[in-house]
Amino acid sequence: MTSDIQVLESAVVRFAGDSGDGMQLTGSQFTTSTALSGSDLATFPDFPAEIRAPAGTTFGVSAFQINFGAKSIKTVGDRPDVLVAMNPAALKVNVQNLRSGGLLVVDTGAFSKRNLQKAGYETDPLTTGELDDFQVVELDVSKLTLEAVKEFGLGNKEALRCKNMWTLGLMLWMFSRNREPVIAWLEKKFSKLPNIASANIAALNAGHAFGETAELSAHFKRYQIGAKHSEAGIYRTVTGSQALSWGIVAGGELARLPIVLGSYPITPASPILHTLSNMKELGVVTFQAEDEIAAICAAIGASYGGALGVTSSSGPGIALKGEALGLAISTELPVVVINSQRGGPSTGLPTKTEQSDLYQAIYGRNGDAPLPVIATRSPGDCFEAAIEACRIAIKYMTPVMLLTDGFIANAAEPWKLPDLNALTPFPVKFAEAPEDESEFNPFKRDEQTLARHWPKPGVSGTEHRIGGIEKSFDSGHISYDPANHQKMTDTRAGKIDGIANDIPLQTVDQGEESGTLAVVGWGSTYGPISEAVKAARAEGLNVSHIHIRYLHPFPANLGMLLKNYAKVIVPEMNNGQLKTVIRDRFLIDAKPVNKVSGQPFKIQELLDVIRAEAAN
Amino acid sequence: MNELSTPKTPLTIKDFTSDQEVRWCPGCGDYAILKCMQRTLPEMGVTRENTVFVSGIGCSSRFPYYMNTYGFHTIHGRAPAVATGLKLANPELDVWVITGDGDGLSIGGNHLMHALRRDVDLNILLFNNKIYGLTKGQYSPTSDLGTRSPSTPQGSVDPALNPISYALGSGAHFIARTVDTAQKHMPGVFKRAHAFKGASFVEILQNCIVYNDEAWQGITDKSVAADRQLLLEHGEKMLFGAEGNKGIRFCPEKFALEVVTVGENGVTEDDVMVHDETNRRLAQMLGELGANPGEPVAMGVLYARQADHSYTEAVLGQVADRKGKTTLKDIMYGGQTWEVSETITS
Repeated sequence: MTSDIQVLESAVVRFAGDSGDGMQLTGSQFTTSTALSGSDLATFPDFPAEIRAPAGTTFGVSAFQINFGAKSIKTVGDRPDVLVAMNPAALKVNVQNLRSGGLLVVDTGAFSKRNLQKAGYETDPLTTGELDDFQVVELDVSKLTLEAVKEFGLGNKEALRCKNMWTLGLMLWMFSRNREPVIAWLEKKFSKLPNIASANIAALNAGHAFGETAELSAHFKRYQIGAKHSEAGIYRTVTGSQALSWGIVAGGELARLPIVLGSYPITPASPILHTLSNMKELGVVTFQAEDEIAAICAAIGASYGGALGVTSSSGPGIALKGEALGLAISTELPVVVINSQRGGPSTGLPTKTEQSDLYQAIYGRNGDAPLPVIATRSPGDCFEAAIEACRIAIKYMTPVMLLTDGFIANAAEPWKLPDLNALTPFPVKFAEAPEDESEFNPFKRDEQTLARHWPKPGVSGTEHRIGGIEKSFDSGHISYDPANHQKMTDTRAGKIDGIANDIPLQTVDQGEESGTLAVVGWGSTYGPISEAVKAARAEGLNVSHIHIRYLHPFPANLGMLLKNYAKVIVPEMNNGQLKTVIRDRFLIDAKPVNKVSGQPFKIQELLDVIRAEAAN
Repeated sequence: MNELSTPKTPLTIKDFTSDQEVRWCPGCGDYAILKCMQRTLPEMGVTRENTVFVSGIGCSSRFPYYMNTYGFHTIHGRAPAVATGLKLANPELDVWVITGDGDGLSIGGNHLMHALRRDVDLNILLFNNKIYGLTKGQYSPTSDLGTRSPSTPQGSVDPALNPISYALGSGAHFIARTVDTAQKHMPGVFKRAHAFKGASFVEILQNCIVYNDEAWQGITDKSVAADRQLLLEHGEKMLFGAEGNKGIRFCPEKFALEVVTVGENGVTEDDVMVHDETNRRLAQMLGELGANPGEPVAMGVLYARQADHSYTEAVLGQVADRKGKTTLKDIMYGGQTWEVSETITS
């Protein structure tokens, strides 16, 4: 059979089915197996907000897309090469994105009249010729699965739940992936239900064997995707939520402080609460608060008490935390505030991705209330970004907003594990009692950073009172003095602005440091921008990619750097927020490139824009 | 709570008095509460450094500035949440929450409810003056029905909330009541609240001399106090009145408490109930006492039932049981990993 194997550089596979079909599990297991084969990859779990939408409907379709290859993979891929559609609704929702000539695997067992109707098909698309553009493989996966698991005596419903493993088996065969990691996972997951474990493994093996032995049409080929030639080291796949949680724990360890997380469940931020709740072995204290406000207030209380308070939420929850953020800014207490952004406004699109909370992060509070804003750009990047958020919060005695998004939170990528011993510690030194008889001033500042010192309750001699009322620059006592308020406002702003000198200078990710066109991005648009710029440069276009992690304050050289280009465009998954901030700070005519569909940018979309901008 | 480190030399009222000028209106009931606290803390044997006062917003919430301890004047209604986080960071601290009827029961009702439900080891003092003072006199959730205020010129139409019933409904384990002017009664209540491990809730009937003067006059005025206040003592008969001959009896037919006079209608002292502060149902009835004519208002510890563990102990216990059993490196490197042995450039 090996002679039939075709070597590919990369492939995009999309699994789509009903919410109850287990597509996320299928995708994540395919991911694990692929990662262990050494391919680079990026994933995109795309699921509905409903826990279990009515079966067979288009709004109940759940999908998982993976792009993997022997080259560096930075996006989930514009268009799938392979689409697995477990029912008519999954076909209807996903087929328009399948690449022309792509492989379409459908479970005909689910193409009943009723299911076709629910999906809005008046006639069976398998019979109308509308799919002629694709290589369609019709398999009665339902029937084949039922046969494969017959010996285990499961009920019809339970037996059909093994369909996803049958499909996974077939896909593992198709892409020459190992089944062993999946089998090990199934054995562990169903360790208390050995019969279910065996049935699922049987379905997996049957799907694989089907590929191996079935006499399918000639175009049903087997593919080989090699390992990516990556930097030496130990790798694993990681989701953004995992890496971010670990980064917070690492930040606490580097600061020699306990972490206290206050959080309230919200999509798509909850995985961070779950991950950290499961890290008590590392001394992490988690508190599921009664609401978003209590969550940040508990974090502030913890920081007042000498721990590092952290709170995690999404846009709507961050809105509720606004007043408390002001308190942390006014009392100058460190808090790490994580925003896993989602589509807005209001409830918006809870499970879809967007980066539309940048204004909220930078400006969204009453009063002149500046705070540092940092953005993550990929799942693995969350680790380092979270450590940076902890470092800046503590060093500058300020809340820090760490922006990530639903896409990064749920997506997985292979990640070279960092050497934890190589990270630079930033241990905290709490305030000490004055040596003389003078009164303790809680707002005594470091002359260089302007950060106040951090007194810790329980220590004798540093007793003090703080609050949200303006305080005297000189004593820390309540002050309504006009000149003092001016001075304190200037000091708070100056402190945050000064962080620009304590962060790396802005680098150019690809391309020259001056030229015709700069494509400026932030957050999870990193992959598509990077790929689009790479493709444009391959065409000979003069274009550079600049990706900003530190959004407030900007790196000290950013303004000068951007002025080196004739044109600046800013692709964002919002209606033009970074664009506005850049225009405001640097008086540069930055042009917006916006997409707010709840879906990541496609490389092609950006490439088209770059071509147009670079051409005229 | 709290067997904390005791001060090396006995502290005095002066040690707990900050150098800040007190800025409440002259004659405000808050002065008496402040003085009582400054005077009573030394008697509890606590230290300044281990004591923290956390407050929200309102007149009462200025309290921390005047205590020479640690203090945090937070935002409106959120003190219980801040205090909860503080206790999770350092359970050894002796944390007092100062709130009011607006701060604690209106904007912060959710937080207070959950702090009580969780039984976080806090001493919560709710100054109830039945009015918004700092914002100049609007009616509050404890204002009597029909209260005329700038926002209710024709009289308020929403019934008052009973803080004791609210606390009981929230699952509080310690509930007490006292009066701002009761300088002999209040210290004992503070000491009991402080000694209790878990959330202790104390309602203090407090007079706002500017916006709601004499709101509690019918209970606290010397001329009526003996007849209108039932001073509770655990294990003692619930007797009150100028002549000490009035008592509380349980009436099974009405399933309610009733006021009786010993020596009248064949009532003897044996008919008068003994206060059992561990009886939740009794606490509920005592909390509502005073709403009908002739009934006294219950003062002292209405309810106290120590749980096995406070919330803080339970949360931190789960951490302590596991702490150190693994490392971050083990977690990160513990999943399915693969090694790339050398960098190959293609």
